[in-house]
Amino acid sequence: MFRAAIIGLGKMGLSHQSMVNVHPQIKLVSVCDSSGYVLDVLSKYTGVKTYTDYKKMLAEEPLDCVFVATPSRYHAEIVGAALERNLHVFCEKPFALDPAIGYQLADSAERKKLVNQVGYHYRFVATFQETKRLLERNTIGELHHVRAEAYGPVVLRPKGATWRSQKSEGGGCLFDYSCHAIDLLNYLVGRPIAVSGTVLNSVFSNDVDDEIYSTFQFSQGLYGQLATNWSDESFRKMSVKLSFWGANGRINVDRQELQVYLRAGAQPAPEGFSSGWNVRYTTELTGPVWFYVRGEEYSAQIDHFVECMKTGAVPISNFRSASDTSLVANRMRADADKARTVIGSDDVQTAQDSGGPGCKPRGGRSLVRSLLDRLKVGQT
Amino acid sequence: MDRILFGDNQFFGVNHMSEEKARTQAVRFQDIGAVIDVLDDAYAEGIRTFMCTTHERIAEVCDHFREHRERYPDFKFFPCLPYAHKYANAAAELGVLGAVRSFLPQENALGALLKGGMSLARKDVEGLAGLLIDAEMKMFAGLDTPIVFLQNVATDFLLGLGFDDAFRIFNDHVRERYNAEPGFITMNAPLLLEKLEKVGLNNPIICANINKIAFRMCGGMDAYEAMIAQGRCRLIAMSVFASGALPAQEALDYVCRFPQIEAIVFGASSRRNIAQTKQMIERLSTSGAVQ
Repeated sequence: MFRAAIIGLGKMGLSHQSMVNVHPQIKLVSVCDSSGYVLDVLSKYTGVKTYTDYKKMLAEEPLDCVFVATPSRYHAEIVGAALERNLHVFCEKPFALDPAIGYQLADSAERKKLVNQVGYHYRFVATFQETKRLLERNTIGELHHVRAEAYGPVVLRPKGATWRSQKSEGGGCLFDYSCHAIDLLNYLVGRPIAVSGTVLNSVFSNDVDDEIYSTFQFSQGLYGQLATNWSDESFRKMSVKLSFWGANGRINVDRQELQVYLRAGAQPAPEGFSSGWNVRYTTELTGPVWFYVRGEEYSAQIDHFVECMKTGAVPISNFRSASDTSLVANRMRADADKARTVIGSDDVQTAQDSGGPGCKPRGGRSLVRSLLDRLKVGQT
Repeated sequence: MDRILFGDNQFFGVNHMSEEKARTQAVRFQDIGAVIDVLDDAYAEGIRTFMCTTHERIAEVCDHFREHRERYPDFKFFPCLPYAHKYANAAAELGVLGAVRSFLPQENALGALLKGGMSLARKDVEGLAGLLIDAEMKMFAGLDTPIVFLQNVATDFLLGLGFDDAFRIFNDHVRERYNAEPGFITMNAPLLLEKLEKVGLNNPIICANINKIAFRMCGGMDAYEAMIAQGRCRLIAMSVFASGALPAQEALDYVCRFPQIEAIVFGASSRRNIAQTKQMIERLSTSGAVQ
């Protein structure tokens, strides 16, 4: 049995508590949050021991591991304190906002041989895991393009009351939706070597970005595009979709469905696959979990954490991989401030200047005349 | 309880297998008239119970059934609450407490508002739960709602936390206020049954995935089959087709093998599908009951 505590009881912390509490190999010892109301209700109805000061809790309780699910800004400090006490740590994404600090924490955890995991749960979605298997065996040939999209309905009004709407707290779509998409790309095709053309745009929010677009280069010949928007009400909940184009086929994948197109005769298809379209559903790919609250992947990542504590294995999503993700996000933020290739009004020839097909010549300038002018310029 | 219940996932872009299919359905059922047409088809085929979420668009369906009571004299609703995505999205925007506050009744009821504020302040969880249930149940006013369900996200979240009293609180409020029976939707039925019995809820109504491939049947096939055989609860089987992963005949053959399963809930979008599924359940149920 691993003795565990949870720090931070927002949406994610409470959801972790629900799964951790019934895991057969974890004993939930205590929880910590700054809201007395939530703590009082939990203490009264579930009997769990509660703290408002995580330092006090770490000092008083004999623990093997902690789950950190506070607002992102506090992750680094709390994770650091837990590592100092030699505890295994599961931290919510996006881990440390500053990748340099993230890598330091990764060094520290690795040096101490402590299990360190970050809650990028999409790595545990069965369809994405199957995609990884297919890509690793080069099923669709050499990749030349990938696209990652994430849309959902988080911010639909200008006002937000939580840390998620404040840039200084790690709020915004970049460190929320985009990080999931970036992390999946890192997991499936490797870390990008360059980012360009990044757009951080606000749809409703005052202080943070609501939609992000960017172009990634992964290697010579493999480019990717990222499009994320958390102000899209047409989606019922967050939806992540990836598309891969390879010399020998294509893969489209989301949480539910994996579609694989294989070119005939290009190379031997994996077992059970044939040329043309192949479709696999989550119902056939997803393995059983001990407890289900809101998707198998949330349960599976906690089980994986326990498994790693038992065996000493390195988690699929760890401090180092999560720091890679934060690094890409930070580079995107810097890239968004860079100068763009401008298309100035001087460069544009409007109908008034040059006329055009179907336009009546105005101001005495005909299409023929303007073409002649251009020829003259060319001659000089 | 009827043997066959009609579900509503197909109307609201919920499809556990394909987002594309879900979107196509969302487009088709954008107009509430299209939803009511399918419900009319189901009614014409002899289905009398609609098991539905408290999605805001269900309010329009309720309006229709209230206005045309004479057309559906024996029609029943089994509301399933809360509509969880509404809370989850609000929690991300407003925080956990902010989300709860945002769903407390506000319009034209200063008393209720005060009570909401008081409940939060005094940590009167029972009062607060009652207010939230009432807010969700409002759309069903005047309609027959003999069973009210707690949705699986809520049931399983509370189950995981060990907040077993919540089930008793839900039970008490639903019985007292709506003269209805409580039902519990879950993906963890064997564990839930144990906890419900612990807080004194014997022979509870439980709606759970029951399908041949054990899709979202936590605890495993053996635990589920043992639970079914013991007959300690009134079971409603959902996701019997495992979101379309199983062919209809094979899927229903499995579920109808258990006479202890009291009802089956399924969703469909065409009259042909509704009729076929209903007939198949009835045929297999008769032969199953003889076994």
